[in-house]
Amino acid sequence: MTGTTPPPLHGPTSKEKKYDRQLRLWAASGQAALEQSHILLINSGPGVVGVETLKNLVLPGVGHFTILDSAIVTEADLGVNFFLEEEHLGGFRAEHSCTLLKELNPDVQGSYITEPTESFLSKPIALKPYTLILVTAPINPQLLSKLSANAATFQIPTFYIHCIGFYSQFSIHLPPAFPIVDTHPDPESTSDLRLLTPWPELSQFATEKTKGLQEMSHHDHGHVPYICLLLHYLEEWKSTHDGQVPQNYKDKTAFKASVAQGERRNNPEGGEENYDEAVAAVLKSLNPTSISSAVRDVFEAPECKSLTPETSGFWIIAHAMSIFYATHAVLPLPGSLPDMKAQSADYIQLQNVYKSKARHDLAEVLSTVRTLEKKLSRAVVIDEKEVEAFCKNAAHIKMVRGRPFHIVLPGETVRWGDRAKKAAQDLTDPESLILLYIAFLAIDTFIATHDVDGLGCAAKVAGGDDWESDTEEVEGIALKIIDGLINEAGTSIDEDEYSEIKSRAREYAQELVRAGGSELHNISALTGGLVAQEVIKVVTKQYIPVDNTCVFDGVRSKSSVLRF
Amino acid sequence: MAEDAESILTNGPYNSRPRWKYLDNILNRPGPFTDPDWVCGEPALEGLSRAKILVIGAGGLGCEILKNLALSGFKDIHVIDMDTIDVSNLNRQFLFRHADVGKFKAEVAARFVEKRVKGVKITPYCGKIQDKDDDYYMQFAMIVCGLDSIEARRWINATLVGMVDENDPDSMKPLIDGGTEGFKGQARVIFPTMTSCIECQLDMHAPRAAVPLCTLATIPRQPQHCIEWAHIIAWEEERKDITLDNDDPEHITWLYQKALKRAQEFNIPGVTYSMTQGVVKNIIPAIASTNAIVAASCCNEAFKIASNTNPFLGFPGTDNYMMYTGDVSVYTYTFQHVKKADCPVCGNLAKDLQVNSNSTLQEFIESLAERPEAQLKKPTIRTEAKSLYYQSPPTLEKQTRPNLSKKLYELVSDGEEIAIQDPAFQIAFKFKLVFEN
Repeated sequence: MTGTTPPPLHGPTSKEKKYDRQLRLWAASGQAALEQSHILLINSGPGVVGVETLKNLVLPGVGHFTILDSAIVTEADLGVNFFLEEEHLGGFRAEHSCTLLKELNPDVQGSYITEPTESFLSKPIALKPYTLILVTAPINPQLLSKLSANAATFQIPTFYIHCIGFYSQFSIHLPPAFPIVDTHPDPESTSDLRLLTPWPELSQFATEKTKGLQEMSHHDHGHVPYICLLLHYLEEWKSTHDGQVPQNYKDKTAFKASVAQGERRNNPEGGEENYDEAVAAVLKSLNPTSISSAVRDVFEAPECKSLTPETSGFWIIAHAMSIFYATHAVLPLPGSLPDMKAQSADYIQLQNVYKSKARHDLAEVLSTVRTLEKKLSRAVVIDEKEVEAFCKNAAHIKMVRGRPFHIVLPGETVRWGDRAKKAAQDLTDPESLILLYIAFLAIDTFIATHDVDGLGCAAKVAGGDDWESDTEEVEGIALKIIDGLINEAGTSIDEDEYSEIKSRAREYAQELVRAGGSELHNISALTGGLVAQEVIKVVTKQYIPVDNTCVFDGVRSKSSVLRF
Repeated sequence: MAEDAESILTNGPYNSRPRWKYLDNILNRPGPFTDPDWVCGEPALEGLSRAKILVIGAGGLGCEILKNLALSGFKDIHVIDMDTIDVSNLNRQFLFRHADVGKFKAEVAARFVEKRVKGVKITPYCGKIQDKDDDYYMQFAMIVCGLDSIEARRWINATLVGMVDENDPDSMKPLIDGGTEGFKGQARVIFPTMTSCIECQLDMHAPRAAVPLCTLATIPRQPQHCIEWAHIIAWEEERKDITLDNDDPEHITWLYQKALKRAQEFNIPGVTYSMTQGVVKNIIPAIASTNAIVAASCCNEAFKIASNTNPFLGFPGTDNYMMYTGDVSVYTYTFQHVKKADCPVCGNLAKDLQVNSNSTLQEFIESLAERPEAQLKKPTIRTEAKSLYYQSPPTLEKQTRPNLSKKLYELVSDGEEIAIQDPAFQIAFKFKLVFEN
């Protein structure tokens, strides 16, 4: 061979090169979704966490971002915000951060709005162009409430973010039904081999490959795929156990021993890898197939049960899937096969047995989908690829029910609704950060009751000037919220626990007020990383997002996810 | 704590640095968790601005770390990185632009942050950490690592452990280490000789098991097997005289086409150019957001250590490790990894190594690369009494080569201690061979 190899027909494009390290996670489909999205940041306070979030979205190539912020660049901004420079002093923060953020990626569009939030929101369709909205505290609660209601009408996912001193917290309000097909489950947990309920082609293949097992040469014996071995020994087991497969742990241990006995140790290697694989797979592969509670939730959702012509593709496929499950008592076969010791040809053949069964199952679901479409006289035909993706990951689909986050209005008490019981339980759990969340609610209450100009931008921060009295006040509010929660939940907490709760809540309140509304760059950067990651999950509809509140404690370096 | 509430509520000194107003709120006021002896204001501020801090790595984590430290009040930052900028860095290494491709990372990153954050001095060194000696590392107050190589981490860890002089408290340099892979990562703090070190934690980061050579050579089943075959076998056979360059598109294309052809022969679907690149270069997915989280966690700890504004990870007897995963919701696990008495670097006992006494020395040597607790690729092995195998010089290698085919029981006794040296590390690892049969 002389000269150089010609480039491949489909070598990577410059975009694929630039985004290589992330495409290996969310693939071209995720990247396309990211590039089609337009993120609105409604910024306030020191405003760092929002800008750091945008940095982590501009780098991977979000389509468009807009910053809404009427603040002017001050000296204090330069000590905490990386996306501002000295020459920007006196200018609009939104404008200059926007310019410096755009420098990070020429493929991203950036805009800014310097109008006050209140007048911006007065236009009823102001939020409509955006895919997702990020709001940072402090913000006037009436405005937040209006914004939240507006965003909910258009079903725009909204994040509400706090970042003060060593602490941060954000809540996500997703649409009432937010289904995810591409959850990226751990590859270890996804193999579905159906060894207890083999279909005829699989049984036949196993029988062929294990015929004359005892007489096989060492080489052949050591290369029988472990799946065939397990199916073979299962048949033997059934013949001596009234046709039953191993039922419990004791049975499985005995079955494991019987498989291990078949292993040859008189060969040159002194053992056989395929038998080792078979033995190792007994406990995890011989379980009756059952569906997860997440899948059951989808099947039992009202959207799945009663379809209308407006029902989205997801629910129609889910409905078809539930019919499949009702008929076969299993989900469609995903069709993937883990690697195992085997001859190349045997492995490929076995892989095809699984693949063709998966195709067969897919065809059945697809035909149900088509029938449903016809019955509903749906205008748009669901892409077969969508049905295929659903079938492949059926066992791991997930649906999040979005819920609004807490907004503290002056004079109103925090309501916990159906989450009161769980939240009250969490109060006594030392690992839960619910008390830190409550301290943040107390800060919001403080801001709601000390609004300076009604615009939310220049709200009085707790600990800004009069540190001592503010601390006392925020502590008092936090304790009131705790009492309100215990009351609403109707639980009783013993004296010792109650005083422990109170002292922990006070500490969080003190530490928050200590910061006087400051952001520490590290905590903003960390939180900006967490929020950006959640934004990416929400816009790509891949992986599983926080449902619905995340709290970070930078003193102890711990986080908690809570649902309200 | 609650009864102290009264005493801590004193106002800090007058705030005279408008640019650092936010930071100074924390530096000028004690909190409920600060040490009762902590003096707020000037001393805390001094601690930060005088601390000379070293950042190892100016890549995905390094860019974030430099930005974060500069905006945390550190004034004298040094950074080491030997790499130059590649186009695939631009999706997360935000201090670099397209026009910087090919330039040294440490240099470009240092200049960028210096320009953006006035008053901070950043000194770059474009080279290897191994170029520098103990005197160099001794000048720093602490070291923050954002590396993608386990070997480099082990090297700096062993160096810092070796530098500790019991009579000189300044010789103990806190090491803060971050690492990421896709949506996962970790941040840990090490006080060399006092708390669990990188080597103590080595088995938490086990290398991926290699595919047996015979699978590659005779019974490939996966597209990756075909790529590894092209990479390890076909290249050696057909292009022995050319050194494989992972960054040369022509070389990758050649491997891709070889792999594709082999895959077709065996009816194996799925070989792509991108997969070829991934397997050959051992590419680990990396995203901006995970880097931001892990780097910021490291810098948060560095800030707390330098300023004492709050308790930090790594204080002996407390949590020293935060594990993070972000693919399913957000999950962190923060715990104390306990120092190991038999750690080959910071312990004084030899570590037990279970071996089959019937395996040959050659097989044992090969297994050392993959064993999570050893991960040594070019080991030179000796017992107290004799030399078992030397990688170099050639004369010694030749002399000890016959031992490779001997069984372990012929060379050592059950429970005997061996010392292993590897060119990647400056120290000897002590192991006790325990026969499992």
